[in-house]
Amino acid sequence: MRPFRSVTGIAVPFGAKNVDTDIIIPSRWLKVITRTGLGQGAFEQLRADQANIFDQPRYAGAPILIAGENFGCGSSREHAPWALLDMGFRAVIAPSFADIFSSNSAKNGLALIALPQEAIDRLLAAAQDGTVTVDLEANQVTTDAGDRFPFVMDAFRRHCLLEGLDEIGLIAQREAEIVAHETRLRSERRWVGVQ
Amino acid sequence: MTARTLYDRIWDDHVIARQDDGTCLIGIDRHLIHEVSTPQAFEGLRAAGRRLRRPELTLAMPDHNVPTINRDKPIEDPQSALQLKVLEENCRDFGIEYYEMTAPEQGIVHVVGPEQGFTLPGVTLVCGDSHTSTHGALGALAFGIGTSEIETVFATQALLLGKSRNMAVRVDGVLGRGITSKDVALHLIAKIGTAGGTGHVIEFMGSAIDAMSIEARMTLCNMAIEAGARAGLVAPDEKTFAYVKGRPRAPQGADWDIALAWWKTLKSDPDALFDAVIEIDAATIAPTVTWGTSPEDSAPIDGAVPAIDADPVRAAAMGKALDYMGLTPGTPMAEITIDQIFIGSCTNSRIEDLRDAAAIVRGRKVAASVKRAMVVPGSGLVKLQAEAEGLDRIFIDAGFEWRDPGCSMCLGMNPDKVPAGQRCASTSNRNFVGRQGPGARTHLVSPPMAAAAAITGKLTDVRTLEAI
Repeated sequence: MRPFRSVTGIAVPFGAKNVDTDIIIPSRWLKVITRTGLGQGAFEQLRADQANIFDQPRYAGAPILIAGENFGCGSSREHAPWALLDMGFRAVIAPSFADIFSSNSAKNGLALIALPQEAIDRLLAAAQDGTVTVDLEANQVTTDAGDRFPFVMDAFRRHCLLEGLDEIGLIAQREAEIVAHETRLRSERRWVGVQ
Repeated sequence: MTARTLYDRIWDDHVIARQDDGTCLIGIDRHLIHEVSTPQAFEGLRAAGRRLRRPELTLAMPDHNVPTINRDKPIEDPQSALQLKVLEENCRDFGIEYYEMTAPEQGIVHVVGPEQGFTLPGVTLVCGDSHTSTHGALGALAFGIGTSEIETVFATQALLLGKSRNMAVRVDGVLGRGITSKDVALHLIAKIGTAGGTGHVIEFMGSAIDAMSIEARMTLCNMAIEAGARAGLVAPDEKTFAYVKGRPRAPQGADWDIALAWWKTLKSDPDALFDAVIEIDAATIAPTVTWGTSPEDSAPIDGAVPAIDADPVRAAAMGKALDYMGLTPGTPMAEITIDQIFIGSCTNSRIEDLRDAAAIVRGRKVAASVKRAMVVPGSGLVKLQAEAEGLDRIFIDAGFEWRDPGCSMCLGMNPDKVPAGQRCASTSNRNFVGRQGPGARTHLVSPPMAAAAAITGKLTDVRTLEAI
């Protein structure tokens, strides 16, 4: 996984609340068998409107998305962070995120930064004509207008993002404990392994 | 020892290792897979030269893409056909049991798991689908995961997880006539919002939950994710044990006795602390119908589309939703005309759902103004059971289409879609923009309410439409 340390750039002041994963990537795009190319389907229904925010030239290539509360609610499709990454986003800043979307994003190196609504409101304004920095090492979001918003992220998730850690590799280091768990199951609850 | 909730108990029982930061390595007992969220996980395994650690704990079937008619013919959509082919090949290559599309056991993963006894109390069960919360109805800790986590479970049969908080939803009292667990779910989501349960596992409890059948509890736990919760749970009881006993994959003989003794201990301690408690009086719940584009946008059937919110941000979102839905504030819910009826999905496609709907449909006809009414049973075995009871004839005689099992019109990955601008009374779980097809307008309802809408051609209070 690509490590995430700090990203500076244009931020799309999207701001919408309760953006579900069907909005981020509609189901017809789930028929793919690879992770790539989903950016063209991202926010498809919103982008059918010529005046949509994502296709405005001033936000072209933006690495940061600013959204409203409960971003990523709905399905478990990992196609949602894949699509956002394929669009060029490295970080999403919002007041809150849905659980499964959060976990899926972390595993793909997409940083989700939770900040209070007041900070989001300020960032939505600042993003109109300036850049935003998400600094995971310093645990803060800053703007070139001088704003500074500290944030808190789950310690383990932050560690994995900073180092770009591979979860399967991490778990493999626990082989002895996994074997002990399996041995206990076999003796106490043989039926778990019987089909 | 400190008092523990049911969630705490199942969690503690599956902790393989605990990191200093509190993250736990949790053993996974059961893994259901389908064609949509797995291709990239298998690709990852291949690229790293990995095998499945415990293929015998995994069960596969196609459900999202499968057509619900003409199954003897090749699948027309080449992308759907490819996803099914890839799943079948991956299962063969990695040694996973697979129910092919035409097998009698095939169906929606969340219907088939419990039906086969694959889902059991006290196990950890995952699937690359958010509605995996369904299986919590049997007292399993079950939750949806993404493709990366699917690959991790394939390789290690474990997941690194942070623990969720505990939420109790207590529903006491007696549900009125014609009110189902679907109405309880929609009522709850309207009360706490689609983010109300975020970061939590919900345990449903109270006399109304005790009185529910296992299948009704599945509908409720299925919708826990629509309240934002990671999982829903109901403590296993005698009904649960009776439901599980004798199913093809359930423990037998001495194993059954050992399992049962443990299952009987699976409940929250009386003094267990919950981080949040929601209390609902069952008697206050009416048949509930959504009017907007989020499951929290609902009203009782005898109510109306609400007035625009005073808060400008909420007013803007509501205006957008009503514009999409083609509705105006103040419109009585029972005056909204319906073009399409969908009875199906992992929420409401089990035999009791079909019986409930058929009881309303029996002896009546689908209204002439309804363009299409479909019943899509949740599995091949549900379909066979319904046919043995003559439910198929009731639906067909009334003018419904009787289809083969799959996810179908819930998310329209197969050819079953609601045309743009048309309005569907649907027993599914999400009324998101475009969910049932681009421009489709979804009203979430219970199976009897979907049946009532089919008969009258508009949203209708099922309590005014007695079984004939």
